[in-house]
Amino acid sequence: MKRFNKIFTVVVLFFLYIPMIVLAVASFNSGMDIAVFKGFTFDNYSELFRDSVLLPLLLNSVIVAVLSSFIATVLGSAAAIGIHSMGPRLRRFTMGVTNIPLTNPEIVTGVSLALLFAFVGTMMKINNILGFMTLLIAHITFNLPYVILSVMPKLQQMDPHLEEAAMDLGCTPVQAFFKVVIHEITPGIVSGALMAFTMSLDDFVISYFVYGPKFVTLPVEIYNYTKKPLQPKIYALFTLLFAAILLVMVLMNLLQVRDMKRNRENRRAFRRKQVNV
Amino acid sequence: MSKELIRLVNCQMAFDDEIVLDDINLYFNDKEFLTLLGPSGCGKTTTLRIIGGFLKPTNGDVLFDGERINDVPPHKRKVNTVFQKYALFPHLDVYENVAFGLRIAKLSEDEIDERVTDMLEIVSLKGFENRKVSQLSGGQQQRVAIARALVNRPKVLLLDEPLGALDLRLRKDMQNELKRIQQAMGITFIYVTHDQEEALSMSDTVVVMDKGRIQQIGTPEDIYNEPKNAFVADFIGESNILDGVMLEDRLVKFFGRKFKCVDAGFEKNEPVDVVIRPEDIDIVPPDDGHLCGTVTSVTFKGVHYDTIVDFKGFKWLIQTTDFHEVGSYIGIRLEPEDIHIMHKSEYSGMFGDYSSYSAEYDEMDDPELYLEGEPDEAEDSAEGGEDEE
Ligand SMILES: Nc1ncnc2c1ncn2[C@@H]1O[C@H](COP(=O)(O)OP(=O)(O)OP(=O)(O)O)[C@@H](O)[C@H]1O
Ligand SMILES: [Mg+2]
Repeated sequence: MKRFNKIFTVVVLFFLYIPMIVLAVASFNSGMDIAVFKGFTFDNYSELFRDSVLLPLLLNSVIVAVLSSFIATVLGSAAAIGIHSMGPRLRRFTMGVTNIPLTNPEIVTGVSLALLFAFVGTMMKINNILGFMTLLIAHITFNLPYVILSVMPKLQQMDPHLEEAAMDLGCTPVQAFFKVVIHEITPGIVSGALMAFTMSLDDFVISYFVYGPKFVTLPVEIYNYTKKPLQPKIYALFTLLFAAILLVMVLMNLLQVRDMKRNRENRRAFRRKQVNV
Repeated sequence: MSKELIRLVNCQMAFDDEIVLDDINLYFNDKEFLTLLGPSGCGKTTTLRIIGGFLKPTNGDVLFDGERINDVPPHKRKVNTVFQKYALFPHLDVYENVAFGLRIAKLSEDEIDERVTDMLEIVSLKGFENRKVSQLSGGQQQRVAIARALVNRPKVLLLDEPLGALDLRLRKDMQNELKRIQQAMGITFIYVTHDQEEALSMSDTVVVMDKGRIQQIGTPEDIYNEPKNAFVADFIGESNILDGVMLEDRLVKFFGRKFKCVDAGFEKNEPVDVVIRPEDIDIVPPDDGHLCGTVTSVTFKGVHYDTIVDFKGFKWLIQTTDFHEVGSYIGIRLEPEDIHIMHKSEYSGMFGDYSSYSAEYDEMDDPELYLEGEPDEAEDSAEGGEDEE
């Protein structure tokens, strides 16, 4: 049975990662045919870095990802704190409302945002409202719930008396937040920000409905490419993108593990203490 | 005496229409060690939180130096708190935890250093400056919490069951330590506990609370020797509480016998509760006794024996150093000063009968446990026991 489990796991992992492996191998292939590995080369990569179209688009994606995840993190953390201080009934309701967009099909979110922008554009008599701002707003919108969801648990785990202790020692409520509370919820804020960043960086569906011709992100542009035969430098780009996101994910997991280990240590120290005193 | 510092006037606190504090009138003197004592859920923490500024009373006023401070937020009050579970800042080390309030007050680095170092010395935590608070023992954390509050030199220190998590030995040490600090620094301590022994040994004034109401205020001796009602008599130490009738001043009748006592000021033939402390009762041969009964159980308690004696179906607890076998027939003598008379109250008949005695009564310091088993058999007398000021 154990053996079977192991084999099964390997098979699943294989199917999950085989496409990425094929892509990565293809990005180092000197031949044009995917099926035949002609020779190892960095040519596709050097070509990619000389490309004057793709690189700016990558930069666009990164700009949107950084800005939207930053703004969503600030707004989302503030929202989480607000929700946390609500009464239990209102809090449950608000959390429910916050969770719905997460399960909403992206295409629905995309279409409704596009409609909203079109509506606002008509109201304000702006012809081409779609562009950088609409894209940014859309990304902030779908990032918010992720941030709220990762900050909330930290607030709930926190000793509610910490904030009172800070105020007892002379802090205004604002000082109490920046001197004490924020240290307790930082792990949640960081993982929320990282998650928002990766969600934003590779978003295609929603972006497709709200982007304008003047500001295109990489996933949207690549979608156009797939209609023609793909150039090998795209493989190189994908491989890099995959590596970057993998890096962020690993980082996030490491942070979580560290956080968990710290909690466990504290608990263990606490238990030891209870035995000793 | 010293001057009054804080006063609660007709304070009432309700959460969602549930009244948890009712008509609290209380004043705190400068440099006083005052203890709020009562069973779990009686409103002790709520009272502290009102004084600390974390709760606003639904009715009534909080006065500090004669000024109304209901609307003053916690950070502007000259009061510091040692929280029930310490609430130390996990991201700061011991030194920075203690320095926290001083940094907020923007004191100079030199002064902060001097005061923190002094304070750590007072609580015997020198050398622990750079420890993380999670690496401290419960007793050490507790001392950091005290240092963190005291270093701000508050006029009043609120302590919410600060020794609750400690074992007996450490508890006793810390009790002495706290008392010493309080006297050395001349600060008013408002101390919350549900441990009656702790309250009696440390306080200048004890406030006994139950069900959101103050049952009695007094010195530890007053509270022990002159309890106002059956609740206080039972909560503070052990008591045999009997139904009696006050025939005239200094003469009470119970168990069909008249006894001389030292209490006066009751109405003629007023029904009363009679309190007899188990350690005041002398066991004598049956012929010499005022009352005679049969021993039904004996438990060795170290210093004394807990002897349960059946008098006509009513069981008394007697504490003596002499051993009396189960089944032996004995007599007891009661001197006038052994008998304490109380007005009837809502608590009459609920406490002081050892018929359901178990050797573990010490652990049952929560009277609500007793109450739950017994349906409401309190015979409400016309006048409560609280009209005596
Ligand atoms: N925020 C709150 N909302 C609703 N009810 C509350 C709240 N805080 C306290 N209570 C209620 O008020 C009553 C008194 O609580 P309080 O914490 O003052 O008790 P306590 O005397 O400190 O008890 P303990 O010894 O267990 O700490 C309890 O019945 C409790 O359920
Ligand atoms: Mg409490």
